[in-house]
Amino acid sequence: MLDRRSCVAELLAGRDDLLVVTGLGAPTYDVAAAGDHPLNFYLWGAMGSAAMIGLGLALAKPKARIAVITGDGEMLMGLGSLATIGVKQPRNLSLVVLDNRHYGETGMQASHTNSGIDLVAIAKACRFAQARAVSMQTDIESARRLLHAGDGPNFLSLQVDAANHERVLPSRDGNEIKQRFTQALAKLS
Amino acid sequence: MDPTVEQGATWPDAIYAHFRRARIRQVGYVPDAGHSRLIQRCIDDPEIADVVLTTEEEGVGLVAGAALGGMRAALLMQSSGVGNCVNMFSLIRNCGFPCLILVTMRGEFAEFNPAQIPMGSITEDVLRLAGFLTYKIEHPDDVDEVVGAACDMAFDGNVPIAVLLSQRLIGRKVWSK
Repeated sequence: MLDRRSCVAELLAGRDDLLVVTGLGAPTYDVAAAGDHPLNFYLWGAMGSAAMIGLGLALAKPKARIAVITGDGEMLMGLGSLATIGVKQPRNLSLVVLDNRHYGETGMQASHTNSGIDLVAIAKACRFAQARAVSMQTDIESARRLLHAGDGPNFLSLQVDAANHERVLPSRDGNEIKQRFTQALAKLS
Repeated sequence: MDPTVEQGATWPDAIYAHFRRARIRQVGYVPDAGHSRLIQRCIDDPEIADVVLTTEEEGVGLVAGAALGGMRAALLMQSSGVGNCVNMFSLIRNCGFPCLILVTMRGEFAEFNPAQIPMGSITEDVLRLAGFLTYKIEHPDDVDEVVGAACDMAFDGNVPIAVLLSQRLIGRKVWSK
């Protein structure tokens, strides 16, 4: 089993102009722990929306690279968005699910993936160009390259352990997070 | 079966013209008879990314992502779809994203299907509770002016806005077709 926090830090190493959307809960804390960045859009609510925010961003910025980093519970709440992304086939979008098979924020209840529900198989069925489970530390570097340069849509399910890490809390002010993101993006283009 | 909308009705073209004028470049929708002509206009426009959704709530994330990327978006849905979006609307309010929704109404004028009444009768209230301004259109002559005003309010006035297209405008569902 992988350690979520160090894996996220490795995936974001050398991120340059990568645009990152985070699903609420631990993925938001993991991405913040890897280093707060103006091109992070942190979600604190709207559960199930992370992948679609990624799609809207990917269509608006076809030359940028977009990574959505979320949890298994958040992805399960937006399963239909996998089909919607499959229709549009955005080459610049990657989804990373930190799958610990539990709802960490609410007391570690088992999620559907704990019963063998296979998100990678669903992503494959939804015509993702690459869809794979990542369970070995030695596979993180190739996952990182896919995120930064591989033709998508990509789907990576990181098999992480269910350990709780210290909460690293970025801003909760949605307007501020948005403004900071759009201003940083405007400077790029 | 395309049960609604008089095929000759051209008011959807006035909405499309405002989409062009307002530089809307993403349109999310769930297939809908009342919006069918407008949806086809958007599909036929190579400058508009048409995004067919499995459920309307996906569209709220889509417009948020588009806005983050500096692009204008609009959503097309039925009144029932408004109910599907309720929690996602928190994203619009919390972050101050622009949002323009065109809603084809059911359950509010000459409705024959009781199942459409519960959601159709609370759609406008739900939108207001979620922080939206609402405009309602009942006559084809009003479409151009009201949708133009709604685009200005959404993208210049920066207020989430929903335009309710009444069943009176769309036409009765003809069940025999």
